[in-house]
Amino acid sequence: MNTNIALVLVFAPFLGFLINVFFGKSLGKTLSGVIGTVSVLISFIATAYFFGGISAQPEGIKISLFDWIQISNFSVDFGFQLDQLSILWLLFVTGIGTLIHMYSISYMHEDDNMHKFFAYLNLFIFFMIMLVIGSNLLVLFIGWEGVGLCSYLLIGFWYKNQEYNDAAKKAFIMNRIGDLGLLIGIFIIGNLFSTLDYATLKTAISSATDLDMYMLSIAAFALFIGACGKSAQIPLYTWLPDAMAGPTPVSALIHAATMVTAGIFMITRLNFIFDLTPYVQTIIAIVGAVTALVAATIGLMQNDIKKVLAYSTVSQLGLMFLALGLGAYEVAVFHVITHAFFKACLFLGSGSVIHALHGEQDMRNMGGLKKAMPVTFITMLIASLAISGVPLFSGFFSKDEILLVAFHQSIPLWIVASIASIMTAFYMFRLMFLTFFKEFRGTAEQKSHLHESPALITIPLIVLAILATVGGLISLPGNSWLNEYLTPILPKLATAEHHLGTTEYILMGIAVLGGIIGIGLAYAKYIKQNSVPVADAEISGFSKVLYNKYYVDEFYDALFVKPINVLSRFFRDTIEAGLSSLVFGFGKVTNELSYQGKKIQTGSIGLYLFAFVLGLCAIVSYLFLAQ
Amino acid sequence: MSTVLIIFSVLSAITLATAFLTIFSKNPIHSAIYLVICFFSIAGHYLLLNAQFLAIVHVIVYSGAIMILFLFTIMLMNLNEQREVYRPRITRLGAIVSFCLICLILIAIFINSKPIVGEYTTTGEDYQSIKVLGKILLNEYMVPFEFASVLLLVAMIGAVLLSKKEKLEK
Amino acid sequence: MNNILNHIGIENYIFLSVILFCIGVFGVLYRRNAIIVFMSIEIMLNAVSLLFVAFSTYHQDAQGQVFVFFSMAVAAAEVAVGLAILVSIFRNLGSITIDNLKNLKG
Repeated sequence: MNTNIALVLVFAPFLGFLINVFFGKSLGKTLSGVIGTVSVLISFIATAYFFGGISAQPEGIKISLFDWIQISNFSVDFGFQLDQLSILWLLFVTGIGTLIHMYSISYMHEDDNMHKFFAYLNLFIFFMIMLVIGSNLLVLFIGWEGVGLCSYLLIGFWYKNQEYNDAAKKAFIMNRIGDLGLLIGIFIIGNLFSTLDYATLKTAISSATDLDMYMLSIAAFALFIGACGKSAQIPLYTWLPDAMAGPTPVSALIHAATMVTAGIFMITRLNFIFDLTPYVQTIIAIVGAVTALVAATIGLMQNDIKKVLAYSTVSQLGLMFLALGLGAYEVAVFHVITHAFFKACLFLGSGSVIHALHGEQDMRNMGGLKKAMPVTFITMLIASLAISGVPLFSGFFSKDEILLVAFHQSIPLWIVASIASIMTAFYMFRLMFLTFFKEFRGTAEQKSHLHESPALITIPLIVLAILATVGGLISLPGNSWLNEYLTPILPKLATAEHHLGTTEYILMGIAVLGGIIGIGLAYAKYIKQNSVPVADAEISGFSKVLYNKYYVDEFYDALFVKPINVLSRFFRDTIEAGLSSLVFGFGKVTNELSYQGKKIQTGSIGLYLFAFVLGLCAIVSYLFLAQ
Repeated sequence: MSTVLIIFSVLSAITLATAFLTIFSKNPIHSAIYLVICFFSIAGHYLLLNAQFLAIVHVIVYSGAIMILFLFTIMLMNLNEQREVYRPRITRLGAIVSFCLICLILIAIFINSKPIVGEYTTTGEDYQSIKVLGKILLNEYMVPFEFASVLLLVAMIGAVLLSKKEKLEK
Repeated sequence: MNNILNHIGIENYIFLSVILFCIGVFGVLYRRNAIIVFMSIEIMLNAVSLLFVAFSTYHQDAQGQVFVFFSMAVAAAEVAVGLAILVSIFRNLGSITIDNLKNLKG
């Protein structure tokens, strides 16, 4: 019974993909969209069923479909593991997925290839489910690669624009670099323990007497590099802002809520490995904190509404990695969930704005939209309050936990994270003020067409805003349902202390103060002073560096892309030319030989007869005289 | 010098001389006539070797049929005394070279094989009269005999077909 | 006269045959007229037949003569067909010099 429901969970989106690929064109736009949405909804219902039953079965459900690889003592089976962590992830993946599918039915309605869009979205959900639900690292890897592929397909969805294609390629290639790290990590772990199954690994590591700590650290570091690639940390983060070339639902689903959290999922799954390698954990924490700060500084200066949100995502992911690096996996998971809610809401809201302005994405041409689009305004406001850490919204609780953990373990990291949070509040409200307040700065024609978006767009916004508000309830300080829920996965939680002392309250106060300072600064600049960001040509000084993303893309281009281009040009001009001339040379030689051989055929019978005679002499003399 | 040897020498002289003249005469009709005489002399050789049947058949087939064919063809093509216009030096050189070469090689072979040739003995019994020949032909060589008749039939048909004038479309 | 070869000696027949054969070869290579070439070929065939018969006497075996028989049959057939071809060539080209038959030039 459980197996069947699990199979339905996994394969319903795949069925949706197949239907949309083969019959989507003939089904028409709305029907293909509905099929896509319904297939993800089925998965959500199945997940809810498992969620309901998990409290009765705390050790989770393990389903093994078939034996996949069996070589001497190394065996891998193709199986699913439905325990607390995977069900939690599946809930918000399929839930937010359903909402975004619903949103896309209206958002992509003018596009001719809508059925293809839904096919790709369904395929993506399928692979993401596979990633989360797998019982061993190899099934995870299938999902890992699959979501990378779907990300490429969806970023480059409007393929007629070459820049979008380049962005898609960039995303895929950077993901690939990370995947190499992941593979090396998987290989080392497989070599050390002869298994890739999570449960078996857990028992093997906890009962192991002599572990090769050196190799284990290398494996952990390699896995972390894989997570960097997928979750856009330094140095593999530059693909995420460029990935905004895809349609907004794609940005919301893949690059805010689901795919980029795969790295965090993997590290949380393998927490028993990372707990044993403190050096790697330190590296993770530092990288996370630095990424959070750097991305926040870049986000301060961006003028494209989606780019601001993209850098915000990178920054928040950095905070999650900071939590992971400090050993607080449950805090990272909490922040993943709340971030999924408010970031998806923000992206969908920005999509609504872009849709109303018929494709305008530059905030310098927006303004004063709050009267024309009230629902969008209120939902985005709620989400912005959540991300800035205003009390009682979900973001406050999760971010506060991260800062608490950072303070207890490393003051410098706490300072960095706090500064990043202040900047987050600033640029989020900069976005809100520039987009919704003051007067409209766009063209008159756009102004006359301003209207609120249809229901299919606003309903997901409302749902997500509600979740962003109440989402914090799942892990209140001192009484955390989430911590108790995740205890079977993270055994250390059972012995952790949850007490709220004065330190914690003071830190909470400092965090709230930081958020209010950020909002206040943004208010002062953009409302009181009425300033609008200047045009591209007039940016100068340090702002220019920030606006150009610290020139990291140009740096990568000079360091990696240009040498590879030179190398491939060398191969094309020298080696390829040499090889092909060698191959052609054979033909030429044969041609020459035959041309010379042609001269024997003179056509003169006298010559032929003479040749007869000579040949006869030769044969006869050989046969009779040479003996 | 026994009479046989004298007869042999005379016949050989005629054979070689007529063969030579066949090649070197300018008029094709003369060549044909010389060849006929050559064939007759070879028939004489056969008689000398006591192969009577073969001699008669040789005369009938070669002089009587083949040379008639040649003569008819020559007359059909109306070949007169012709000077051959173009005969480069290299051809003459090549012909002479090959002549000497073949001669030398063949003689060398035969000299080399003298031990195999061995001694000549007679048993006195009849081995080549027409009776014996007939028996051998129709007993051991029955199949080639029949095939030879088919070959002749085919040659006849082929010759007729090849020399048919193409019908002109009216 | 069964022991004729005692008087004449087989070497004489060998020499005769060889020289006749070489005359035939010379004729094939020397003359440009197709008819004469044919006749030279006949000379070659005859030389060989002569040698066969001589050796048949030498070995007291009739098989040599049987071979000459068949050789004669084949020669007859070959001459018939060859002359027919020659006549066709003459009809198409107007002359029978073998220098003119150059269509196989590569």
